[in-house]
Amino acid sequence: MNSQNIMFVILAVIMVLSSIATVATKSIIRAATYLLFVLLGTAGMYFLMGYTFLGAVQTMVYAGGIIVLYVFAILLTEGAKNDAVKSKVKDASWGLVLTLVGFLTFIGVLFKQNLFEHVAALGAPTEPAGAAAHNSIDEVGHFMLSTGDGGYLLPFEAVSVLLLACIVAGLLIARKR
Amino acid sequence: MFNFNIVSSWIHGLLTGVMPEWAAILIESIVVALVIITLYAIFAILLIYMERKICAFFQCRLGPMRVGPYGTIQVLSDVLKMMTKEVINLRQTDHFLHNMAPFLVVTASMVTFACLPWNAGAQIIDFNVGVFFFLAISSLGVVGILLAGWSSNNKYSLIGAMRSGAQIISYELSIGMTMLTMICLTGTMSFSEICAQQATEGWNIFRGHLPAVIAFLIYLVAGNAECNRGPFDLPESESELTAGYHTEYSGMHFGYYYLAEYLNLFICAGMASTIFLGGWAPLHIAGLDGFNMVMDYIPGAVWFIGKTFFVVFLLMWLRWTFPRLRIDQILSLEWKYLVPISMINLILMALIVSFGLHF
Repeated sequence: MNSQNIMFVILAVIMVLSSIATVATKSIIRAATYLLFVLLGTAGMYFLMGYTFLGAVQTMVYAGGIIVLYVFAILLTEGAKNDAVKSKVKDASWGLVLTLVGFLTFIGVLFKQNLFEHVAALGAPTEPAGAAAHNSIDEVGHFMLSTGDGGYLLPFEAVSVLLLACIVAGLLIARKR
Repeated sequence: MFNFNIVSSWIHGLLTGVMPEWAAILIESIVVALVIITLYAIFAILLIYMERKICAFFQCRLGPMRVGPYGTIQVLSDVLKMMTKEVINLRQTDHFLHNMAPFLVVTASMVTFACLPWNAGAQIIDFNVGVFFFLAISSLGVVGILLAGWSSNNKYSLIGAMRSGAQIISYELSIGMTMLTMICLTGTMSFSEICAQQATEGWNIFRGHLPAVIAFLIYLVAGNAECNRGPFDLPESESELTAGYHTEYSGMHFGYYYLAEYLNLFICAGMASTIFLGGWAPLHIAGLDGFNMVMDYIPGAVWFIGKTFFVVFLLMWLRWTFPRLRIDQILSLEWKYLVPISMINLILMALIVSFGLHF
């Protein structure tokens, strides 16, 4: 156990407990708050692996953006007042089946790829990847805007057109006649 | 210039000599966290005293004078009073969220406080996407404010929280744009590299001339709004909403909001001094070598804190000069004026950088 593993365990426990609390809680606004902790824990995982850019994006987009949007939506609608609807046995059993399928797929992939042996052979990471990935932000920028091999210019532009369409549609719906 | 790295690597060598590396890093992290918290409290006390005095001078009053000489112990005794007051639990509210909200706000504020570059090498959180990380963490405080407003079970608090949230989210856009403008000039997002660059090549506000000055002005306006201060203090306007989102808080839970409010002012000013005014970089004038030598002898921390308090003074001047805006005026100022101006400014800066017209 080195310090990286200890931090991993702490983050993982926080994430698992908050994920369970997110779906188990009755109040919808509490669920949003627990979800915030899950997303922050994910950002912490990225930082632990040395992907600082991804961690910062996770914090900014999900924790700072999406959760604020959720909380705003809950406060502006009446959702904050009524507690979550009592889920029926039928819905709950569907959820259980889906969860089991997901879990079995996950375990199957793990055994199919022999990931346990790989992890055992890998040993503990000695150095965080941050030192190696020093120029990662430059590389991300170059990949985003390059058209050559491994370039992401087309998806990047497609996503911006999609966002523009969303903004125009939002304005159209919100506009006063 | 003195580099603080010498001290920190000496301490690290000393500790790793007697214990394994993980224990040394653990002890260092705890010590650094304690230093951050102590500095946080000290700066809050200084800023509250400064605010009360400056506000008084602007209004032709004396300010606190009774407790201690020139009222210097006033804020300390206020702190003691606040820490000994009872934390009241409200009936029919969500106690968990009500008690957690101030901690969210103060944690977000403390992490951004740790991003500030105090001296060459004396920086706590520093990596290649520093500016982006700073923006990301500072957007977390909004959640705490919204939760505080909701969990108070009070309509005034909820309205205050919504106003505050709308205002902070809107003005974050201008702050991001102005920072992007300056990153365009510096070519790096790491705070230590931004400062080191300004120490050798001159402060960014001089290097980037016209667009940098425009960005600095926009940053001051947006930063003031981001701290819910000055003409933008509508979320906690006393005459309409009692005290906004923290009306129902008492004791130290109210104290955390108070701390975070003043430290956000300091952090905002510190960012302005890091990005525009050179951080710990001393003032150099090309050609005057003797003058530059003398300036180099002043430690970087003094430069940084001095510049930051200068910007804090500017922001306080703004606050006590202008009357409060309405919510529609605040939002139209942001969306109809500041965002378009900062977008054009970004293009201007990109043109200047690509044609090499900066210094």
